[in-house]
Amino acid sequence: MRIKELTKKYDGKTVVDGVTFEIPKGKVLSLIGPNGAGKSTVMGIISRLIARDSGQVSFAGTDIKKWKSRDLSRRLAILTQSNHVQMKLTVRELVSFGRFPYSGSRRTKEDEEIIDKAVAYMELQDIQDQFIDELSGGQRQRAYIAMVIAQDTEYILLDEPTNNLDIYHATNMMKIVRRLCDELGKTVILVLHEINYAAFYSDYICAFVDGKIAKFGTVKEVMTKETLSAIYKVDFEILEISGKPLSIYY
Amino acid sequence: MKERSMTAILAVILLILAFLSLFVGVINLDPASLLAGDMEQWGVFLVSRLPRLLAILCTGVGMSVAGLIMQQLCMNKFVSPTTGATISSAQLGILLALLFMPESTLWGRAVFAFAAAILGTWIFVWFIQRVQFKDVVMVPLVGIMFGNVIGGVTNYLAYKYEMTQALSSWLVGHFSLVLRGRYEIVYLVVPLVILAFVFANHFNIVGMGKDFSRNLGVPYLLVLFLGLTIAAMITASVVVVVGSISYIGLIVPNIVSMFKGDRIRGALIDTALFGAIFVLVCDMTGRIMIAPYELPIELIVGIVGSLLFIGLLFYRLKHGRKAVRLKNLWDGGCRASAGSVDGGESS
Repeated sequence: MRIKELTKKYDGKTVVDGVTFEIPKGKVLSLIGPNGAGKSTVMGIISRLIARDSGQVSFAGTDIKKWKSRDLSRRLAILTQSNHVQMKLTVRELVSFGRFPYSGSRRTKEDEEIIDKAVAYMELQDIQDQFIDELSGGQRQRAYIAMVIAQDTEYILLDEPTNNLDIYHATNMMKIVRRLCDELGKTVILVLHEINYAAFYSDYICAFVDGKIAKFGTVKEVMTKETLSAIYKVDFEILEISGKPLSIYY
Repeated sequence: MKERSMTAILAVILLILAFLSLFVGVINLDPASLLAGDMEQWGVFLVSRLPRLLAILCTGVGMSVAGLIMQQLCMNKFVSPTTGATISSAQLGILLALLFMPESTLWGRAVFAFAAAILGTWIFVWFIQRVQFKDVVMVPLVGIMFGNVIGGVTNYLAYKYEMTQALSSWLVGHFSLVLRGRYEIVYLVVPLVILAFVFANHFNIVGMGKDFSRNLGVPYLLVLFLGLTIAAMITASVVVVVGSISYIGLIVPNIVSMFKGDRIRGALIDTALFGAIFVLVCDMTGRIMIAPYELPIELIVGIVGSLLFIGLLFYRLKHGRKAVRLKNLWDGGCRASAGSVDGGESS
């Protein structure tokens, strides 16, 4: 997936400004940066949720706009923050929506097997008949991930998946992200606020400031004292813990 | 399958009540003389009783399914044809038809009512999508206000052109004018409900939000407007024949979803059956209470509906959004639905 000269304006204010990068296949890429740096907007544009003003997003050689929405939904899945679900759907019903791009309303036996596997992979068997609005935030997030697994796409985009989760659930969420990549071979792109999660669990980091890319590279390349201080405008120290650079800011 | 048995029980109740309702009315019908081939009795049966029953069934099924669709699409449990300005728009449409085409047939009025209902519902939903309300209760409040504005326009025009008398039959819903040849439009409910069933999963996905449906390759706006159009057309075909009937579209889907959840495919049939039972019981009550006269259905539905609605609110306050579990509360569930039927008869 290639992103070229992407630009987006809201009410005359440039939110994304000439962004160009390439998404490495089969890796975890985290988009980080201060509030309003445009990372969520970029995520929205590459997943066709937000219309761009100019630039290109090419996916498998074809511009994302030229893809049929349904075809694209078999290859690329996006989860945005789902804070308030009003719906009384059971976990299994939610997961089964992941098969919608393939079979529509007529699910086959194969679909049911894929749903079973997705439910099992996220360890949701015991609660698969509970309603999602009665679950805890962490369980609900896992149910949504199971849906995305059932959707069986090469690319998975997650917009702030650790938002509103406590340390336990957020860390579990990041471990799941890692497993999606390592065990299922997915390309995962995340928008994250917590830099240390990005550093510990991703392969590449793309840091945004004011709608532009401040730094794109491997975790080691981006997680330096100088780069992070410049991006976030606070003082940073970098420590190495179990071979990964982690940051302290004050 | 416990889930299925609820549907079966509702269907059996509906069948029994439907049969009984055929023999409730001013002229005494009895099955024996019908079987003996009494022509006069058959006349009453075919011209009045049967049409009335069919109209009641279509109304109950239609209004509750329309409410279900609107609630799902708007992601708001308080939206319904009444609180979404659909009914009042349809009435305005009928008035316009009476004004501009005084000679219009039922079909002519229906076309006006369809157009107005669809337009009114679209405007309402467009508005609530533009102005994102933080509080879910604001949405139906805005709908009620919008509906009242349209109702005000309708009333003004009706007074100005001295049409209040003619209009009154569409303002308060009643089945007493349902006779053969004057109600067939209400059958439109049947294909529309089937259409709703076919697109049930689409409506569910759209109800989960714009991003959610985009992700699954479902065209959000198209499905949203398709669903609203279906709901508006169902409502309009009921309003043209029977008049306005409030509450059903609000209460029936809410009660059913407490037991069945929000998956439309799973809840649609139960919603339709329960809606039909609800209207049938209210209508029979209206026919029996002051016999040989009868009370308009709107009055009975209004009383029973508001009581149920208050009950629903209290239940929500006490239990939150927790679902009534069929597995462990199977007996309780039966009692609750039987209870509401009793409630209809005793009030």
